[in-house]
Amino acid sequence: MSRNQYKKPWSWSRTRKKDFVVDVFFHILIFVISMTCLLPFIHIFAKSISREAYVIANKVFLVPIDINFNAYRKVLQDSSIVRSLYVSIIVTVSFTAIGTFLTISAAYALSRVQLRGRKIMTFLIMFTMYFTAGTIPDYLLMNNLHMLDTWWCMILPLSFAAYNFLIMKNNFKASIPDSLIESALIDGASHFKILSYIVVPLSKPIIATISLFYAVGRWNAYSDALFYIKQRADLRPLQLKLYYLVVAASESFKAEGGIAAGQITNPEVLKASCIIFATLPIICVYPFIQRYFVQGTMIGAVKG
Amino acid sequence: MVKSDIRTDCCQRKQKNRNQFLRYLQRDWQLYVLMVLPMLFILVFKFLPYQGLTIAFKDYKVAKGYAGSSWAGLSIFRKVFGKRDFGQAFSNTLLLNILDLVFGFPMPVILALILNEIKNRYFKSIMQTLLYLPHFLSWVIVGGIGYSLFSVSSGVVNVLIRNAGHSPVPFLQENTWWLISYVLIGVWQSMGWGTIIYLAAITGVNSELYEAARVDGAGRLKQCIHVTLPCIRSTIVTLLIMNLGKLMGGSFERIYALANAKATEYTTTIPVLVYRWGIESGKFSEATALGLFQSVIGLALVVAADLIAKRLGEDGLI
Repeated sequence: MSRNQYKKPWSWSRTRKKDFVVDVFFHILIFVISMTCLLPFIHIFAKSISREAYVIANKVFLVPIDINFNAYRKVLQDSSIVRSLYVSIIVTVSFTAIGTFLTISAAYALSRVQLRGRKIMTFLIMFTMYFTAGTIPDYLLMNNLHMLDTWWCMILPLSFAAYNFLIMKNNFKASIPDSLIESALIDGASHFKILSYIVVPLSKPIIATISLFYAVGRWNAYSDALFYIKQRADLRPLQLKLYYLVVAASESFKAEGGIAAGQITNPEVLKASCIIFATLPIICVYPFIQRYFVQGTMIGAVKG
Repeated sequence: MVKSDIRTDCCQRKQKNRNQFLRYLQRDWQLYVLMVLPMLFILVFKFLPYQGLTIAFKDYKVAKGYAGSSWAGLSIFRKVFGKRDFGQAFSNTLLLNILDLVFGFPMPVILALILNEIKNRYFKSIMQTLLYLPHFLSWVIVGGIGYSLFSVSSGVVNVLIRNAGHSPVPFLQENTWWLISYVLIGVWQSMGWGTIIYLAAITGVNSELYEAARVDGAGRLKQCIHVTLPCIRSTIVTLLIMNLGKLMGGSFERIYALANAKATEYTTTIPVLVYRWGIESGKFSEATALGLFQSVIGLALVVAADLIAKRLGEDGLI
């Protein structure tokens, strides 16, 4: 006892001190790295609501100076930007609905062991994950189906993803006991009934995850729209519009409905407000959907 | 006599098989109905394009269609391999992917190990939320942010550099700097999200191992090196091999959102070239051949990666 009392304070205080230093160091390190993910947005947001003159003079860093929302007014006055937001919303909603529906039905049917031809169908679906025909054959297919420059080319081709199917199927297998479905079958329920009254209600989290995978993927992608939407500028989704405005800078803002909203001409301010405008939908839902994404990624990592 | 016996036997078996098939169809028709739409989507949007791959071996003319265009053997491939652009695109694709692997792969591991050392739950979850954020942004937005931060005249980074009395750095306007920025932006975008799998693996480590190590006098660094790392080794190896399988891949969107007219040396990669040849200039046969070349090598790499992983006793990917 006495030896313990003699030894402990000395060794404890030393490891404690070292621990404390290490802890502080790690906290600061993680804090700094995390800030690299946050500060760019704060900076761009500050730029977008500051008076133009200060932005031109490179005086705006993290705190906006002389706050005004003229740049946003100008963005909202550009009818092509608002239109592209509308296109993005329509495309994302229908794409997600179709994709989730197809994924649920395929995952349920192929998770039933008694189904003949289950293996070959699963193989056909999984094969598309490892070997795709590529950009040009896809493009020519869209051309042959007369889908170029239509809504459908953004909604249909990618709407059934093998990876999401795999996650959903594994989840059905793991979380819904066979005995439950078998007893429902014996009671005379049809597979449609089982799917809509037992499987879907029991799998809400995974369905939320998969539909979010579809939705965020669709919202963020722009390459297919870049390939397929050539003539009809009114079908450009937001990301593609943003590409032309901000990255390629091949288009300029259209001032419609008069120039009453302050004469903002500086491209930096307008680009900043555009970036924030396009990021806002994601940032608003992000805290709520993050959890589902983490879960989905972990299920996907376990694979089948 | 014997012959007819066999025949009736054979017929009976056929009959039986057919009956069995009908029975399955009768029993499971609802499941088959459920499969109709998904299979239709797969066949139309994934398998029909395989037909388009034939034009890599044809002198394809849009007016003549797939069937009407004449066969060209391997001459299209010879033409593609002979082009100067091809060599550049091939080496650029490899270079960018190797750099991504070297700098992008270790970062999530390191970050996960550091996050694991942070015990305050609230602080940790806030930091994780921030770190995951870039993963949810489109490459257009990331590109826009990049240009906004790194432009020579008005980018905030260069303003700070100038205020400190140095000359501005052309982060995205000069070839070598573009390459560095490209890799760093990629690392920044994916590092947080990459930690998820490692953090999950670390959670699975038996806590008795840490206790045993502590009793043996291991400090935190030693626990990390001798307990955590060996325990998540298989995860690291699997992911590494999976990434090796992607060496010939490459995101079109990422390059295209960061490319600009001033720094073009490294921006010609295979996906970009496919787009330029095929959709911009209508050389569909060449572009398809190039795309096919990339996906065949990609598939071979994935299969090889899978074999290696299985040989090493890790879980395969396929």
